[in-house]
Amino acid sequence: MADVAEIAHEEIEDVEFPDDSHATSTGISNPKLAMWVYLASDALLFGGLISTYLIYKNRPGEIPGLSGSPVRISELFDIPFTSMTTFILLMSSLTMVMSVTSAMRNDQVRMRLWLGTTALLGALFLGGQIYEFTVFVSEGLGYTSNVSSSAFYTLTGFHGVHVAVGILMLVAMLGMSLRQRIHAEAVEVIGLYWHFVDIVWVVIFTIVYLIP
Amino acid sequence: MTIVHQRSPLELPSGEPLTPPKPLGVFSRPKATSGWKSWFTTVDHKKIGIMYGVASMLFFLVGGFEALLIRLQLAVPGNDLLSADLYNQVFTMHGLTMIFLVVMPLQSAFANYLLPLQIGARDVAFPRMNALSLWVWLLGAIFFNTSWLFGGGANGGWFAYAPNSGVAFTPGHGMDFYAVGLLIMGIGSTVSAINLTVTVFNMRTPGMSMMRMPVFTWMAFITQVLLVFALPVITVALFLLMFDRLFDASFFDVSKGGDPFLWEHLFWIFGHPEVYIMILPSFGIVSEVIPVFSRKPIFGYPFMVGSGIAIGFMGWGVWAHHMFASGMGPISVLAFSLATMFIAVPTGVKILNWMATMYGGRLRFTTAMLFSIALVAMFTIGGLSGVTHAVAPADTQQTDTYYIIAHFHYVLFGGALLGLFSGMYFWYPKMFGHFLNERLGKWHFWLMIIGFNATFGPMHMLGLQGMMRRTYTYTDGQGFNVWNLVATIGAFTLAVSILIFMYNVAHSYRKHKANPVDPGPDPWDARSLEWMIPSPTPEYNFAELVVVEEFDEFWHRKYGHDEEGRLVRIAKTEDVVQKPGATGIHLPSPSYWPLVLAVGLPLVGYGLIFNLWWAVPGALITIMGIFGWVMEPADDPDGGHEHHEDESPSDDPEAAAELTDGAESGEASDEETVAADAEQTEEAPVG
Repeated sequence: MADVAEIAHEEIEDVEFPDDSHATSTGISNPKLAMWVYLASDALLFGGLISTYLIYKNRPGEIPGLSGSPVRISELFDIPFTSMTTFILLMSSLTMVMSVTSAMRNDQVRMRLWLGTTALLGALFLGGQIYEFTVFVSEGLGYTSNVSSSAFYTLTGFHGVHVAVGILMLVAMLGMSLRQRIHAEAVEVIGLYWHFVDIVWVVIFTIVYLIP
Repeated sequence: MTIVHQRSPLELPSGEPLTPPKPLGVFSRPKATSGWKSWFTTVDHKKIGIMYGVASMLFFLVGGFEALLIRLQLAVPGNDLLSADLYNQVFTMHGLTMIFLVVMPLQSAFANYLLPLQIGARDVAFPRMNALSLWVWLLGAIFFNTSWLFGGGANGGWFAYAPNSGVAFTPGHGMDFYAVGLLIMGIGSTVSAINLTVTVFNMRTPGMSMMRMPVFTWMAFITQVLLVFALPVITVALFLLMFDRLFDASFFDVSKGGDPFLWEHLFWIFGHPEVYIMILPSFGIVSEVIPVFSRKPIFGYPFMVGSGIAIGFMGWGVWAHHMFASGMGPISVLAFSLATMFIAVPTGVKILNWMATMYGGRLRFTTAMLFSIALVAMFTIGGLSGVTHAVAPADTQQTDTYYIIAHFHYVLFGGALLGLFSGMYFWYPKMFGHFLNERLGKWHFWLMIIGFNATFGPMHMLGLQGMMRRTYTYTDGQGFNVWNLVATIGAFTLAVSILIFMYNVAHSYRKHKANPVDPGPDPWDARSLEWMIPSPTPEYNFAELVVVEEFDEFWHRKYGHDEEGRLVRIAKTEDVVQKPGATGIHLPSPSYWPLVLAVGLPLVGYGLIFNLWWAVPGALITIMGIFGWVMEPADDPDGGHEHHEDESPSDDPEAAAELTDGAESGEASDEETVAADAEQTEEAPVG
């Protein structure tokens, strides 16, 4: 029994620094797992913001005697326009998938092409959102007009910031890919983030715009 | 992306010539691994843990000073030491300091230091992000306390109930600092929680399955998962408050249709898991200390883990028991009342398991053990008064009285803090290479227990007599005089015990300097992996990765059982533990960027509060930090290896992907070299 330590010692020599590229304990690489955990956290952020909007969306007009504008933000929605920008954002998920696939096939040229397309579609969506905001403001509902507008701008604004950050990441990756080969997993991790932002928009679009 | 690099990051003194790295922007990559400068650039989880600990002990003195002011003010009826307004600030800042600047970071200190050691890893999953979370928290905490210089501290209670926290009722900047300061510290906590969650999932040494992890690792892990899900909720609440206060929104302004209830719900959905975030790591510490000093394995390990998980889950379904008096309706009150009673069950399981661990054990009453036993006793008292809150009709009587104060100090001081002191005495030799003096430790312990009970015990009586909390004075003849005086004397006894602790730290250090005594790797005859390595922990943690075959691996390498089931020693400790002096082990390189990134955030905070233009330099510094971080070569010429577990999604998604990006691409560009390098590492002489 005294040489238990001895045996253990020999085994250790064998397994030290296992030379397996995916030998984390779970088999998922650290960056990818961290992105998943971050997204789980982010989901609750949007959960809180969506709840806030749901509580406040009908307050103006419903409760008499409130100060501030009596117009609900939902009365200004232009569903066809927002459907179009939603479609654009959803398509960007497709191009993101194409980009990841290209990266996995080690096709750097197509990967760049699709990265650029994804960023462009994201920017289009963002432009649509800014346009929508300016229209709402010009019709008299600014950020501080009433609780429904504050909640709406906060929710969609947070989502817009997420999209903007995503675009920055895509562009930065595109820029870096001109200098060095990009590892497929890096694209995949950004892809996770991008898809998450898209899915959140689907939820927001359904809950905020489509459900009266 | 490989374990090769993850477990063998950058190179330290291996005798190879160091090529000066390319300067990046204004900074070249820092080199120092010792000296005061190295503390600012370190990514070593042990140094980061120690800094968390030291900083939170300093804030402990600040929070303790505020507590003494409160007790002085209340010592006699009609006192005018503090004005009503100043009293509001002092008790609010006391609560916030103790929660966010003391208990949580002190547990981060232990989690940072011990998690990698207990799972047999060389560092956390993302060393640079680890440094980032320390600096963001520390600078956020300092930012938060500078509110004293800008017109006074936060004064709306630590829960900042709306509409009282709005501009109309609390003008001044105190609550602005509350919202922005907690947001900044929340960023640090989120980064740290993601980092440690991934560490526990991914960095375990071969054979260390989840159900072989020490209980402390489990409890700290559950805490991190709770933080991951709780922090975004308070983030939403704080953003709404910030928009209300700084940008004229009206989320909590009733006249515009805002709903103060929303704040209460959002706050307590975070706030109740927060309670378990504060207590679970201490439960973990106690679960390490009691088995060691009872010479018995922890009783019912699967139940210990399972009850921890159960507390984590159920902690999400009881938040509204903080709101029984808010008028939310009988159905909600009933549901949350029942849920709250149920959550006492897993906690009771833990208490019984600790006692069963001690039962029949060979007890050694060291200071660490005394603090642990005291936690079991004091937390039980606090838990029982907690159950009385679960009974909604009784709670309606107790709400906003000193009974509540008594309750949560018994669980937070008698629970969390006693556990943390236990951990300090227990792991001190592992962290600093010498013991804390046991005799002084016992003085510290007994004075603290007496002072603690004298301070908070009488508050039960005061509360049931009807003394309201958050009230700056009371009048003679209400019958509160005696117990208030006792509580004040108790508070000063506590202060003396803390002075003894501080003297103990200095005294033990001086004695060690004069006459160094090596405590050896395993001074307590302990059970888990961190005791297999020299004290203080070498920079590389483990010279050789440990292959784990069972729970309490280290113990089972030392002890076996004979035919009659009696404990027998099978190996000498010296033969089992690892030898010091390993060379050629690659560690992550230090970096300036986490600190640079963190410095920008408080500046943005001042900008938000005073003048948006001031935020511009802060934002620029932070962006520079992000890009500097990204551009810092993944394959540092100094090390010649990826250490890219530190390049990864951080809280800030932008940084995240770019980091990953940088790392990945860097690696990809010369994969061959890297592989060859890694091979060499494996063969490098070790030990």
